[in-house]
Amino acid sequence: MEPQENNHILSYTKLALILGVLLVLTGITVAVSYLDLGFFNVPLALAIACTKVTFVLLFFMHLKYEGPIINLSFVGTISFLFIMIGFTFWDVAFR
Amino acid sequence: MNRPIDKTGIKIGMWLFLYSEIILFGGLFVLYAVYFYTYPEFFAEGGRELDRKIGAVNTVVLLISSFTVAASITAIQRKAKKQAVGFLIFSILCGVIFLVNKYFEWSAKFHHDIYPNSETLVSGEPGLNIFFGLYYVITGLHGLHVIAGMTLLSISLVLVLAGRINESKYSMLENSGLYWHLVDLIWIFVFPLFYLVL
Repeated sequence: MEPQENNHILSYTKLALILGVLLVLTGITVAVSYLDLGFFNVPLALAIACTKVTFVLLFFMHLKYEGPIINLSFVGTISFLFIMIGFTFWDVAFR
Repeated sequence: MNRPIDKTGIKIGMWLFLYSEIILFGGLFVLYAVYFYTYPEFFAEGGRELDRKIGAVNTVVLLISSFTVAASITAIQRKAKKQAVGFLIFSILCGVIFLVNKYFEWSAKFHHDIYPNSETLVSGEPGLNIFFGLYYVITGLHGLHVIAGMTLLSISLVLVLAGRINESKYSMLENSGLYWHLVDLIWIFVFPLFYLVL
């Protein structure tokens, strides 16, 4: 009936900017991996990966401009993923 | 009969499928986490045997292709069909480059007798065996996803050329794009976990 599209058009410049950020973060992960930070290597690598993923999700995958249904269901999925990873790891670490 | 198209519904369907993919790879990453906890030094040793350069190149290739897929949607929305076609062809080529790199990487490993059930791995350290087992399962499954993503992008490309995907109807392209970005997302985690463990 009514064309109620959330036709948000991302400009090429903005997309290229996001790509730039992602490439810089990739460079940082590679650089950081050469430093021996002991325990902190893995958490740091994962933190950078999570930042990159956030950029891809928000802009390339358009999550920033979606309605509540997609946003909430996405957050729900990630919560369950954390429950799965967290509880399994909890069990293994304190066995 | 011109039925209205529920674009949001189409997108929600795609996202539901992506959630199942996230949980699928999530399960594999749980396995990785648990065995990494058990055999940290062998995971580091296995990681050093992987080629960081190929891994980094593949990361960059996938990131760029994600950008061009997103750009192709922008192009379609702006009625720039030629640009959209160009972006899509470039993205599919990126997928090909990724797979060719993967082929060289895997064949080098095969050459060094490192593959599932190989003599070196079976009679060697269990930690290394598990590392490379996970490496082959996760990158292999990811590779299959790259092939599926390229297929979806190719179908979208044909539909764009045929004018069936246009500025008022581009859900197919959008959903193929979402799938392609998911493939990129998974690789963003695979790269540091396998190639960059110290």
